[in-house]
Amino acid sequence: MATTTKPPNRTRQRLVERGIELFLAGCGSLSLLTTVGIVAVLLFDSVAFFRAVSLWDFLTDTQWTPLVADKHFGILPLLSGTMLTTAIALLVALPLGLLIAVYLSEYGRPVVRNGLKPLLELLAAIPTIVYGYFALTVVTPLLQHLIPGLAGFNALSPGLVMGFMLLPLVSSLSEDAMLAVPQGLREGAAALGATRMQTALQVVMPAAFSGIMVSVILAISRAIGETMIVAVAAGQQPRLTLDPRVPVETITTFIVQISQGDVAQGSLEYNTIFAAGLTLFLLAFGLNTVGYFLNKRFQEQYD
Amino acid sequence: MTKSSVVNQYKDRLFRGMGIVATGLGLAVLLFLVGTLLWDGVQRLNWAFLTGGASRFAQKAGILPALVGTAWLMVLTALLAIPVGVAAGIYLEEYGRANRLAGFLEININNLAGVPSIIYGLLGLQLFARLAHFGASFLTGALTLALLILPVIIVATRESLKTVPASVREASYALGASRWQTVSQQVLPAAGGGVLTGIILALSRAIGETAPLIVIGAKVFVSVPHSVFDPYTVLPLQIYNWISRPQAAYFTNAAAAILVLLVITFLMNGLAIYLRNRWASEANG
Amino acid sequence: MVRLTRYIGHLSATILLLGSGWGCDRKSEKLLLIDGSSTVYPIMEAVSEEFLKQHPDLSIAIGVSGSGSGLAKLLRSDTDIADASRPVTSAELKTGQQAGLDLIELPIAYDGLSVVVHPSNSWARTLTVAELRRIWQPAAQGKLTRWNQIRPEFPDREIHLYGAGVTSGTYQYFTEAIVGTSRASRGDYTSSEDYNVLVQGISTDPLALGYLGLAYYLENKTKLKPVAIDNQQDSTRKEGILPTYETVRTGVYQPLTRPLFIYMSREQSRRPIVRQFVAFLLSQAPVLVRETGYVPFSPALYQLVRQRFTSEKTGSLFAGKKSSGTRLDQLLR
Repeated sequence: MATTTKPPNRTRQRLVERGIELFLAGCGSLSLLTTVGIVAVLLFDSVAFFRAVSLWDFLTDTQWTPLVADKHFGILPLLSGTMLTTAIALLVALPLGLLIAVYLSEYGRPVVRNGLKPLLELLAAIPTIVYGYFALTVVTPLLQHLIPGLAGFNALSPGLVMGFMLLPLVSSLSEDAMLAVPQGLREGAAALGATRMQTALQVVMPAAFSGIMVSVILAISRAIGETMIVAVAAGQQPRLTLDPRVPVETITTFIVQISQGDVAQGSLEYNTIFAAGLTLFLLAFGLNTVGYFLNKRFQEQYD
Repeated sequence: MTKSSVVNQYKDRLFRGMGIVATGLGLAVLLFLVGTLLWDGVQRLNWAFLTGGASRFAQKAGILPALVGTAWLMVLTALLAIPVGVAAGIYLEEYGRANRLAGFLEININNLAGVPSIIYGLLGLQLFARLAHFGASFLTGALTLALLILPVIIVATRESLKTVPASVREASYALGASRWQTVSQQVLPAAGGGVLTGIILALSRAIGETAPLIVIGAKVFVSVPHSVFDPYTVLPLQIYNWISRPQAAYFTNAAAAILVLLVITFLMNGLAIYLRNRWASEANG
Repeated sequence: MVRLTRYIGHLSATILLLGSGWGCDRKSEKLLLIDGSSTVYPIMEAVSEEFLKQHPDLSIAIGVSGSGSGLAKLLRSDTDIADASRPVTSAELKTGQQAGLDLIELPIAYDGLSVVVHPSNSWARTLTVAELRRIWQPAAQGKLTRWNQIRPEFPDREIHLYGAGVTSGTYQYFTEAIVGTSRASRGDYTSSEDYNVLVQGISTDPLALGYLGLAYYLENKTKLKPVAIDNQQDSTRKEGILPTYETVRTGVYQPLTRPLFIYMSREQSRRPIVRQFVAFLLSQAPVLVRETGYVPFSPALYQLVRQRFTSEKTGSLFAGKKSSGTRLDQLLR
């Protein structure tokens, strides 16, 4: 580009520069278009859906049977399925993830930390369909030995497996947050005679609180949007229950189920996946926004 | 030593033990997972399995259409996502740091990165499969996955551009270079390792994606594709298909296909870690 | 780096151009698209596999989205052949005509829709059609939830229902034959267009009751237990009838014996790849249909189907009539 023999033509070069900047800005704006596209696609068919089904019914009806003669469009059973698997996953991921984070940041030597972290992060790199296989063929049969009456499809097994998938997310982000806490605070605590546990629990964790919250929020957001583990192992029966032993259906599984069946485009049944998708999007969007601003605040704290 | 401090010492040790147990548990699950997959699947991993096609006999079925499909889809996705993603990253970091558009875009990209992948499937279904009439083809799949990994590439590009010292830019300007000349000839090469790492990680995520591809339309029986408008299957879809079948022989196939997918994923992640470390040591040295 | 960026730019442009070039032969003569019923899928899979062995230069893609979706795709020209476990409706035929598509209907095999339970289920050996109706009718939703509500001597335990997804021909046929009205069913059951999912559910759930195609039961004989069906039409019979190759072939397994079909537009049927495929299917059906677990027609009946195809006869044999209990050979003549 710069190897022309003629002296550079200033105006031309300025034009080129301007053109490049415009192109780059265009690429940057593509992400904006993606968001617009997602919102438009979800809204377009959801509007058609909410013409036929009132928002009140959608939010309060306790049955979700959009495909049969006696139609009900209550999102609650799908939402309860999603919340149940998410809650189980968090019960695994939060305590274990935080313990790992504390251990690696407060106790682990750098050598240990650098060796273990990439290994743990492999857990997050494994495609989720693999976890689905694991939940269905290994964990569920194992749990059935321990818990009589556990159905072949249930919320417990995919929930537990999802917890391990989320483990590196929680541990890495929390650990980063704890490592960012100034060393001086630890030294101060140690000078006052605190053990490392006391320092970790009473000084470091409170100081890193917003960073830890970010990891929790992102974990929740990942869990509610997770599809393949629950689609493979949790079942396809919308059920308003908190019983982890029976088949449930999550919002994501419902979308998978309907898109595999390919119901007629433009029909009310077809529009349900967009109403379900919109619900999911709003949940994720809300969580991510909270996470984003918490993260900002947390970064400003020590910048 | 006082009694309470002795108790605290024990508590501290206990706490440390819990940390070790938790870390060990995470690693044990990883090992257990890989172990059961090896146990279930390694017997099926042979040349015939890698080069075979769809079959009604589980023992004869192979993953060639899925392997070819995965390769095609990744190449197409990379070609679409990398130029746009890197360009967007450059714009946000080098051109628009202060302007309002960039600030808005940053929040937006952050949010996009958190949108569940299945939502991208709905977008691809309506936009590419239906509106653009690409159907359940490679092109639809690649466009959808490209949008999905775009935020990852953008964020990675920005992060690595940030690590390039301002002195590099100032020196370049001092020599009379224009902004684009500075970016393309000085800053980007200096940040190249980090950008590459981000791209590999993004692609390793795309390679395992299943849900959006199901939403935009997955076939059950596919032969080796001939064009980008053909229907296709990829490894995760083939695995999902086999898991959905009740016969144990198909589970063995699924486990074997998972091993292939895991090898590819782990290799990509390993490469990314290696590049990151090499680049980090270069930057320091 | 500039060179690299430019190179990548050129490369992507080339690929996109190539892609749009390929787009011209989207209806490639080398690619056959099949979509539709999960019930019929095993036959399509077997025929395609054998067909491709003879024609390695051709490709086939099969989707499983249910009979209704397969036919809908056929009417949108999104697939070349639709396989279905129910006859086309007159409404669908009309939609086709409006789009300029005259459909050719080819029956290819018999299925015996099987009602199955978990192997450990010792009580539900026989169910009458009336009992099945009480279980599956829309009014049962949320009300009939325990086994002893079907018969007092059955255990007082929950019943977990598994059935076909709503776009499937199986759903339509089952509701028509059992409940009496097409598409009238309760909704609180595990539904899937993919019967493998149902097999997995039922085979791991001791309280399950479900229905699926004969091939799926025969393929999973050790994991499922069939329920004999008592039609109550024939007063000389005391017991119900189990779905087997013989009871389906002779047609005594009623009302759940039904024909399976493939459909294509008249225009599509003239394409060489479609001709080759259909000819191959009809010639191999006696072996392959049996192998997949369904019941083939007699050679004479296949000859009639072949004639129907070569003479390009459009429209349905059933023309909107109920398909349960009708003899195919009479209709084909």
